[in-house]
Amino acid sequence: MSARANILGKLRNSLAGTTPRPDEFDERLVTAPWRYAPEDRIDRLRSLMEAVHTEVHPCRSDNWPELVAELLNKRNLTNLLCAPSREHGRALQAHFEATEQKVELLAYDQPVEAWKEELFWNVEASLTGTLGGIAATGTLVLWPDRHEPRLMSLVPPVHIALLKASEIHDNLYDMMVAQDWAAGLPTNVLLVSGPSKTADIEQVLAYGAHGPRELIVLVLEDA
Amino acid sequence: MSQRIPVTELTPDFRGRAEEALADGQLRNNFRVAMDSLMTKRANAFPDADEREGLRELGNRIKAGALSRLPDLLEQLEQKLTENGVKVHWAETVEEANSLVHGIIEARKGSQVVKGKSMVSEEMEMNDYLAERGVECLESDMGEYIVQLDNEKPSHIIMPAIHKNARQVSKLFHDKLGEPETEDVNQLIQIGRRTLRRKFMEADVGVSGVNFAIAETGTLLLVENEGNGRMSTTAPPVHIAVTGIEKVVPNLRDVVPLVSLLTRSALGQPITTYVNLISGPRKPDELDGPEEVHLVLLDNGRTGAFADAQMRQTLNCIRCGACMNHCPVYTRVGGHTYGEVYPGPIGKIITPHMAGLDKVPDHPSASSLCGACGEVCPVKIPIPELLQRLRQENVKNPEQTQQVKGGGAKYSRTERWIWRGWQMLNTRPALYRSFLWAATRFRALAPKKAGPWTENHSAPVPARRSLHDLAARHLDQNGGRPS
Repeated sequence: MSARANILGKLRNSLAGTTPRPDEFDERLVTAPWRYAPEDRIDRLRSLMEAVHTEVHPCRSDNWPELVAELLNKRNLTNLLCAPSREHGRALQAHFEATEQKVELLAYDQPVEAWKEELFWNVEASLTGTLGGIAATGTLVLWPDRHEPRLMSLVPPVHIALLKASEIHDNLYDMMVAQDWAAGLPTNVLLVSGPSKTADIEQVLAYGAHGPRELIVLVLEDA
Repeated sequence: MSQRIPVTELTPDFRGRAEEALADGQLRNNFRVAMDSLMTKRANAFPDADEREGLRELGNRIKAGALSRLPDLLEQLEQKLTENGVKVHWAETVEEANSLVHGIIEARKGSQVVKGKSMVSEEMEMNDYLAERGVECLESDMGEYIVQLDNEKPSHIIMPAIHKNARQVSKLFHDKLGEPETEDVNQLIQIGRRTLRRKFMEADVGVSGVNFAIAETGTLLLVENEGNGRMSTTAPPVHIAVTGIEKVVPNLRDVVPLVSLLTRSALGQPITTYVNLISGPRKPDELDGPEEVHLVLLDNGRTGAFADAQMRQTLNCIRCGACMNHCPVYTRVGGHTYGEVYPGPIGKIITPHMAGLDKVPDHPSASSLCGACGEVCPVKIPIPELLQRLRQENVKNPEQTQQVKGGGAKYSRTERWIWRGWQMLNTRPALYRSFLWAATRFRALAPKKAGPWTENHSAPVPARRSLHDLAARHLDQNGGRPS
């Protein structure tokens, strides 16, 4: 007998003569306490994210590249990983060229194995889009893909994320249902609610454990 | 790396270890401070009692519902994961699980493993198993890393190194890594970050646990704050997740309340920094993520707990640690006193199914039954009720069939006779009265020593006259005796 057959056999044996309990999911419990007026969503997300050390900057579709340049220069960063195959990547590239920024724009355009060493030690910051945000918990939702792979939002010490205000949902349940996640998920979905942190020593909160030390969210209020 | 990692020698029995822990002022202080803070954080994370109770009720229903059709859900999970390209393995024992994990590593000729926090891998003692076979298995959660570096075991399921303070960690990093001493927690964390970053990059295999396995979509969900879980499951070319068979839930939506209950109960956070949902290995057009993803489903006594409808509730557990944070016993004796993988109240009710009740016979009674654990449990496991049940199982006649592995370890013929005598005395009024008469009249003969009780207390001496006598005399003198 295989382990599988034994385990399933024992479980079935223990359940003999019983009926499965009905599905008693009550969606009100995970939605009603977490509803916000549309104009309050950004503030809610912002205050929760700021409470965990995230910088949140409201901006517009036409001025965010300028803000990115400013944020990078303020930190003396010399390079930024972003996706030239994405609209926001192209917008940033155009702005950086037009304003002759010194920051080098890097692309994640080859399998990680080909440039792991460089990604882990030389990339100083990254910029990615997001699928949306969640006001209830102060969360960004990322669906990594070939343009913005999984490690892009994890390895560089500074992560800048673009969030469209219109894509901030009240709570995770609403977002899942609205976008029908149950019908099929990508290989990896990430909920990100701040820079990497730990309280493993004496419960003292320290940021920059293994992931980004800084998370900067640019909320595009007109998008 | 072939030597076995030595585990700090501990006094072999619970009582002895408890006495040592109680005499260690530093340890008691470390736990007291940490548990007080965790309790406050949880309370603040649930400001609305109605919301909290509604959510706990829902959490209980989801887990109980999942268990009521567990075999079907496991098959559905396996099927969905397989469709997604994840390889599913089954193991009845920790030996089988270890051998499966080692086999996967060997097939890739791997020698370096990084591990995100996983309590199931602690059950398996995977680090030791792999070290004996020449595979380095490095813990990457900061707390776990500190504990591993000091050849210790975790003392808390969420905060593995909570028994240590910054000075102790500083000394450890100084001794083991040659780092300059510092009590600045930020600097200590940066030492860990630097050291482990190289390991994430170089590792051949990443190992992780699973917080929830979603049958509907074939998804493994992991919560964490540090990013080490994401690193371990994304950077190496192979990801092996190990988990207990009870972690499966039917639908994706079920994780909404469960994650909220988990992070708020464990750390008082509305959500952890990262919630990582993994539904498959790297696709041909993707540029990172593991090429292979494996899931090892481990039994290790869980089917034993499952067989008993009352004990089955143990498997509701989502491993938040709130029961230990609120336990007056755990706070005083610390996690290592329990001598097992899972300490505190949840440890007391789950360990018997894994190791056998005879291995931990003192655990069920190391509780004041104050009820705090049951009150805070996010999935409403009636822990005090299960502890009482285990106390009964503990003293059952070993010749009878045992309902719990290793039951009957505390059976005592003398105790059985004493209780029988007690029962006789209390059910026969004439016998009871004569006993009372004798006990009060011959009170001078009461024994001066009554076992361990008189080590710290004065011996009980019967009163000169029983309450019954006094009442009867009072009523005789003052009238009013009911006719």
